Amino acid sequence: MTARIELNGRWVDATEGRDLLSTCLENGVDVPHFCWHGALGSVGACRLCAVRVYSGPDDTMGRIEMSCMTPVRDGMRVEVEDAEAGRFRAHVIEWLMLNHPHDCAVCEEGGACHLQDMTVATGHRNRRSDAPKRTHARQDLGPFLTHEMNRCIACYRCVRFYRDYAGGHDFNVFGAHDRVWFGRAEAGALDSPFAGNLAEICPTGVFDDKPWSQHYARPWDMTETPAICTHCSVGCNITLHERAGTLRKVQNRYHGAINRFFLCDRGRFGPWFVDAPGRITAPRHNGADVTPDGALAIARQAVANGAIGIGSPRASLEANFALREMVGPDRFFAGISDAEVAQVARMLAILQSTPASIATIKDFESADAALVLGEDLTATAPRAALALRQAARGAEKALAGEKGVPDWLDQAVRVAGEGRRSPIALVTPLPDALDDAASHPLRRAPDQVAAFGFAVAAALRGEAAEPEAMAVAAALAQASAPLLVAGLGLSRAEPAEALAAIAAALGAKARIALFPPEANSFGLALLSPKGGLESALAANPAPLIVLENDLFQRADPAAVNALLSRAPLTIALDCLDTATTARAGLVLPVASMAEATGTYVNHEGRAQRSLAARRPTDSAPAAWRVLSQIGGLFANNARLDDVLARLATKIATLAGAATAAPLADAMPPVARAPESYSGRTAHDLAGRVAAGTLPQTDPDSGMGWSMEGRRGADVPPALSTGPHRPGMHSVSAAYAAQTTIGGPLKGGDPGALLLVKTETPGQALTDPSPKGDGLRWLPLHTPFSASETDHASPPLAARAPATQLLLHPDDAARLGLMAGAQALVDGQPCAARVTLDACMPRGWVGLTAPRGRSHLVTLGAAP
Amino acid sequence: MSDTLPLTGHARADRTPHSLAEWRAIGGYRAVERALQMTPLELVNLVDAANLNGRGGAGFQAAKKWRFMPPVGTSPGIGSNYLIVNGDEMEPGAFKDRFLLEAMPHQVVEGAIIAAFATHSAQAIILIRDDYRAGITAIRRAIAEAEAANLLGTNILGSGFNLHMRVHPSAGRYIVGEETALISALEGGRAIPRKRPPFPAQSGLWGRPTTVNNVETISLVPHIVANGAQWFRALSRTEEGGTKLYGVSGMVKTPQLIEAPMGSTARELIDRCGGVSGTGVLRCFQPGGGATPFLEPADLDTPMDFGHMAKAHSMLGTGALIVLDTGTCPVAVTARHIAFYARESCGWCTPCREGLPWAARILTALEDGTAKPRDIEILRMTAAEAGPRGRTFCDLMGGAMGPLASLLARFGDLVEAHLDGGCPIRRGQL
Repeated sequence: MTARIELNGRWVDATEGRDLLSTCLENGVDVPHFCWHGALGSVGACRLCAVRVYSGPDDTMGRIEMSCMTPVRDGMRVEVEDAEAGRFRAHVIEWLMLNHPHDCAVCEEGGACHLQDMTVATGHRNRRSDAPKRTHARQDLGPFLTHEMNRCIACYRCVRFYRDYAGGHDFNVFGAHDRVWFGRAEAGALDSPFAGNLAEICPTGVFDDKPWSQHYARPWDMTETPAICTHCSVGCNITLHERAGTLRKVQNRYHGAINRFFLCDRGRFGPWFVDAPGRITAPRHNGADVTPDGALAIARQAVANGAIGIGSPRASLEANFALREMVGPDRFFAGISDAEVAQVARMLAILQSTPASIATIKDFESADAALVLGEDLTATAPRAALALRQAARGAEKALAGEKGVPDWLDQAVRVAGEGRRSPIALVTPLPDALDDAASHPLRRAPDQVAAFGFAVAAALRGEAAEPEAMAVAAALAQASAPLLVAGLGLSRAEPAEALAAIAAALGAKARIALFPPEANSFGLALLSPKGGLESALAANPAPLIVLENDLFQRADPAAVNALLSRAPLTIALDCLDTATTARAGLVLPVASMAEATGTYVNHEGRAQRSLAARRPTDSAPAAWRVLSQIGGLFANNARLDDVLARLATKIATLAGAATAAPLADAMPPVARAPESYSGRTAHDLAGRVAAGTLPQTDPDSGMGWSMEGRRGADVPPALSTGPHRPGMHSVSAAYAAQTTIGGPLKGGDPGALLLVKTETPGQALTDPSPKGDGLRWLPLHTPFSASETDHASPPLAARAPATQLLLHPDDAARLGLMAGAQALVDGQPCAARVTLDACMPRGWVGLTAPRGRSHLVTLGAAP
Repeated sequence: MSDTLPLTGHARADRTPHSLAEWRAIGGYRAVERALQMTPLELVNLVDAANLNGRGGAGFQAAKKWRFMPPVGTSPGIGSNYLIVNGDEMEPGAFKDRFLLEAMPHQVVEGAIIAAFATHSAQAIILIRDDYRAGITAIRRAIAEAEAANLLGTNILGSGFNLHMRVHPSAGRYIVGEETALISALEGGRAIPRKRPPFPAQSGLWGRPTTVNNVETISLVPHIVANGAQWFRALSRTEEGGTKLYGVSGMVKTPQLIEAPMGSTARELIDRCGGVSGTGVLRCFQPGGGATPFLEPADLDTPMDFGHMAKAHSMLGTGALIVLDTGTCPVAVTARHIAFYARESCGWCTPCREGLPWAARILTALEDGTAKPRDIEILRMTAAEAGPRGRTFCDLMGGAMGPLASLLARFGDLVEAHLDGGCPIRRGQL
């Protein structure tokens, strides 16, 4: 219901019953605040957002109220600049400053600190207390976060995010009165794979990004570049912060349909691979350095002899397309198993033919029932798992609403909701990180997961089914927006087939999300490779060009070895040294995602442009440029837009990729350095001068390299460098760019949706049952490590758990393996020791291992 | 039952609790029998007619609170209504609930049964601070006896009413006396107050409709049911019904608990304690505990009920009368109080968490003679800005600002005199 309120003398439309603080912020009135957060709602702890509220024209006195706790009422008059309210806000800051250290000069947060901004905003200046400041113990919280509790202003946002929002358990608030303390019961890495968000949730410098702290540059001394996370298929939007040619920090970049306010730790700390010691800096031929020209000559010769191209779900659309252009569509293969090629293609076909709509991550949160089939979502698409947690609260919010409690009144909702949870069924082989949010945590062996899904579909069609399937079907049928989720975490096709059957039974109200394994799995599939590695092996022997791909991470080592052994020459283009580059005759360095602009297609089929955050080195240009140099594909001065234009003419379904971001020459450049950036004319560590003779604009993105150019509201969201503006230097400034708080970005959420609906249902896939002796493989996943780029990121590598080998005790007994035993896997010593786990299905072995394995696992005791 | 001292008239001289048989022999549980023959609405109307103001400190009408409680099946959600008896007595100066819990446990249980029936509650929880071990033991025994006699449990006395009652020993924080913080603590969470609305009657314990009543309020209920609203109102000297348990402490010759008609005066109560001790001359008093503003000798004859105390710019609070003679410095007393409230702040909201320790530091500095003139201005600003309702999340800080504001208003010269080398009374200057 619309209400009209008078806000600082201006009549504005508002929503009756909505909190006044959000209403003010959406109308461009920056009411100071701390404890309120757009995703966490109102709790009234900090008392900073005081304003004077008059109930209507007859109210001449008004009263001071906390705007975050005050519902909008029609006819209300609000004076933010009221003198008494202003005095109170300044006093709140003075109280907070009693104990907050005056260490801004040495605090990481300084310059992008919400507390600094609020202090300036309220006008508090002179310290009147001369009492000593309170001090606190700090903890080592692991490789991701710093902890400096002396800076804490007790806004409680950290604990509300970590526990209430993200479902963590190992972090809490301890103590009382002015000694409240936030941390863990004992020092140690935070368990939650979303812990990194504390760096942004904290309005001051208690929790900060540890890799940034260790490679510190002032917030205003870093360039900021919009990029896309390349560490899973969700496609979260991130900002890369760079100075002097090195990555300094990764921050969340708001996207209204995807990540909104939060990232997972893999996304936040994964990009550090771009500065990893394993970066390849110069071409190598048979293990020895070779000149760039020499390397190109060798490569050209190989291509002339009819090379085979091996694409990558890790590489951009443009790089894969360039490879496909070079070798020809018939010789372009995907660097994954044949089975995965078929499975990913089938996922796309299902998404295009299902009556269900394709779920965005934001859609997850509003689902009123959900079914996850087989996927360890917290490990394979972590941000989606975080969103699903919020969906669980839907029933609680509904009941609270019946009691008249608005959904923004966060703690009251949690009480009034009586602990109700929306129905969420998790059908997984092993206990799942989301079990605590699920109404139906169900366990099925990997080959029985899809059977359960088909039983749900049967129940929806009115047929008989097992009781648990009937219950899940009933919940989905009753829901108005049921959500269906599957992926390839089990390396199986059938869960997605089962979801297709369920979606067909539910019809258009259903939303479906299918997560392929990697950031550009769908982009690679849309380029229609001729098959996977097994198919490449079946082709005539030829030189191999392997694009940004450690094949050993993605396919059966036997198949990879066979392929590499047979090829007369393997040319590996990569930014990182891997097992594959070690086997390649010719290694060509290419730019990483930090230096190459490129397009990635996420799980929704949304093409998103990730922009280069720094200039590539001369020896490692973007992969598509290297390929172009080898194959003469594009003019020497070609830009990314030229590649995309050709892509659009060659493959009509990918034409939309060109619109994922504005054309590079469509406008004056966008400034990516803040206005107060230091040392603009000084040498950087690489001896370059920012304002020197180098090109000032990135020809691939239209972004300027320096502080000159457009900024702020002039910049389309796909090129937006950061939310800060005068007076609001922290991430809290992000609200101003949102149409409504938590809603789409002004100017539209970036990206181009590529998938179009078709009527043809396509051919269903079935999973083969391997025959013979041995155990069947149950792939184990972790949120902290999924691919070679994750392994190469120092903070992620420090956090990643050891590899695991899980066995049911009965199987272990049968094989004569004890807990902790050293085992042989397929005759090779396994890095992991045997762990006995009664939750394991019998006849299966849980193993952290590269995907693509199709044969049975033989296990034995090591001698 | 005693006609004029319903709460304490039947207490045994040694203050040991009655057995069920003893309690019944003096008329106990007849009120329960009578109440179960009435409807909950009739009970609410009866208590309304008796004008029973809640004795926990705020003086909110008990019947009004009960009337918000929805009959079973008429509120969204699933589960019982709850009645909670608040025995977290921690107000500085208060020791009245302790007596009722330890010496009169069946009175509490009886009142709780009737209140639960009136509020459609099938669950009653008596929360008692852990330090009151004797009270916990006494109430537990009384509940067990009542259960054995079908005064609790299913189909109580054949009425069809079911009630499960239990004791919850609380870890004990001052803030747990605040009803929403009490609920939060009962649920196993931090004792932090909750936003109202929603009020506990809408969304209380586990989100269910909940009434929280003070031990003294509950203890009066059986007598109202037994003797009627008119009788109850007639006990009082003022409009507000009943007797009041006043606890007199501080500089009096014999500090004690006194049950007296509501509206008794401070002069009478001090006289019953043998008069002012120390110098024998009254400087000021706090009528209702540590969080109530100071009154001076001019108010000695003001009736001590909620309305009259409010008119006199103080509060009846818990009726814990704290007496200061002329040899006692109100700055020192306020410093002790504020240090207590600072320590007991839950730490949720800024003004209370940070502002109270600052105020306590300044008051201590005044006593010690290390304060600066600016500090008094800070105290004034703190009282002015954090005192009004709505500035802080709950009323803890607003309550604590009461004595501070009245100290500054009534004894401004004395406070200023502290700037000249510390407390002038202690230095023998006054």
